[in-house]
Amino acid sequence: MELRKNLAISDTGFVFDAATGESFSLNPIGLEILNYLKNGLKDEEIRQKVLDKYDVDESTFDLVYFDFIRTLQHFDLFEKS
Amino acid sequence: MKLPFERPLIKKIEAGIPSKFGMKPTLKPIDNIDGVPVSDLIEKYGSPLYVLSEQTIRETYREAKQAFETRYPKVQFAWSYKTNYLNAVCKIFHQEGSWAEVVSGMEYDKALQNGVKGSQIIFNGPSKSREDLVKAIDNDSLIHIDHFDELFLVLELAQTSAKKPKVAIRVNMDTGIYPKWDRFGFNYENGEAWEALNRIMLSGKLELVGLHTHIGTYIMTPDAYRVAATKLADLAYNVERKFKHNVRYIDMGGGFASKNTLKGAYHTGIDTSPTFEEYAEAISGALISSNLNPDQLPVLILETGRALIDDAGYILGTVIANKRLSDGRRSLIVDVGVNLLFTSFWYEHEIYPAKGETQFTEDTTIYGPLCMNIDVIRAAIDFPVLKQGDQFVIKRVGAYNTTQWMQFIHNRPAIVLIDENGESHIVREHETLDTLLENERLPEHLK
Repeated sequence: MELRKNLAISDTGFVFDAATGESFSLNPIGLEILNYLKNGLKDEEIRQKVLDKYDVDESTFDLVYFDFIRTLQHFDLFEKS
Repeated sequence: MKLPFERPLIKKIEAGIPSKFGMKPTLKPIDNIDGVPVSDLIEKYGSPLYVLSEQTIRETYREAKQAFETRYPKVQFAWSYKTNYLNAVCKIFHQEGSWAEVVSGMEYDKALQNGVKGSQIIFNGPSKSREDLVKAIDNDSLIHIDHFDELFLVLELAQTSAKKPKVAIRVNMDTGIYPKWDRFGFNYENGEAWEALNRIMLSGKLELVGLHTHIGTYIMTPDAYRVAATKLADLAYNVERKFKHNVRYIDMGGGFASKNTLKGAYHTGIDTSPTFEEYAEAISGALISSNLNPDQLPVLILETGRALIDDAGYILGTVIANKRLSDGRRSLIVDVGVNLLFTSFWYEHEIYPAKGETQFTEDTTIYGPLCMNIDVIRAAIDFPVLKQGDQFVIKRVGAYNTTQWMQFIHNRPAIVLIDENGESHIVREHETLDTLLENERLPEHLK
């Protein structure tokens, strides 16, 4: 899945979708993951980075990451495949 | 050393009506009740769990009492059993000096068992049986007559009773508020109440001891009490003038609002509910400025329930699951259902996480654990994203929830009282399957 090109992501966790005019806010981990996605990292690479950096077990991360991705899909932030 | 993990979140920024109160406050967790950690209580007694604060009960009662006693010379509270009739709660109010106000034979017997003198039990309500009334007459209790059928029954019982029944009438009236309650008692405006008083006085068989009203519930307008007290004082004055009889008390009932927020309210209950002082000022002012003889002012009785106990009650609970709804909204499934939180049908209950402080919240629907669509604790609340197993606290649940609760799908949980020294005591055990089966009987052919 590729993040849409026309998303403007600020360093403070503010996202602006130039196509729809909608804006979003992210918490710091959400911002970090969105930036990984923007840079083209694969799910497994993102998973490893977060597991290395944060105090979280694999199953908890998988659960919340899956939910986060589904929320991004719901907000239509990925390119249509 | 790894960094603490927080669930990744993205939230759409919605353009809507701006809050005139500015920045959204951070939801401070409630991690203890009267100094006892929430996690310890759940570990010891299970989840969900009702918790009552004895300190809050006593402080609230004393605050209300002071508000009235500094404005009126003779004040008596009567604890409204239906609001919360756990013996531990009733005993605290009785220790503080409250009489009992009951509305059924069951509540009446409970008050007697709690050591309340018969003459300090006010028997209200529309459904007193003949047996209830006989018992109340024998015990010199204060019978508040609701309708003419009851009045005639009491008159009949008085014929054969060794004691003269002590009675009051409940009066309903227009106090300028909506809804106008007229299903209980005798109406003031159409003359029914005056007629009932005349029948009582002319019968010679009953002792008219008081006048009672209860104008509604969650009354946000203290002035309605001023109107009600004025009308009762007028009735008392008319009785005094016509029959040379002074009623001993005027009972203003209950109906004071607690600090909970009603559904659909724009402002929170904390900001808008009147204080005890405001209610006291309205009622006392009306009685003192009435035509009643100042040397024989009646005792002012108050049956306040909700406003005295709501703040002392908490429900502690645990998150069962997070779930996304089809429209992308977050939902939380928790182990507290509407069967334990009846008041969630009319309040936007305050819910707080038991730990962790975050400014990242999401619009969330909080569902209870029942497999029933109506089991919604909060339809929409800006709430931190809790994970499975996280604990939370629901505030201001002391009124009505443990009397109107239902055994439904799950066993009802334990109720714990935290005393003034911070010690926790079970005041009602967690139900088990045996509790459910105790009164069931299986016919022989089905065994």
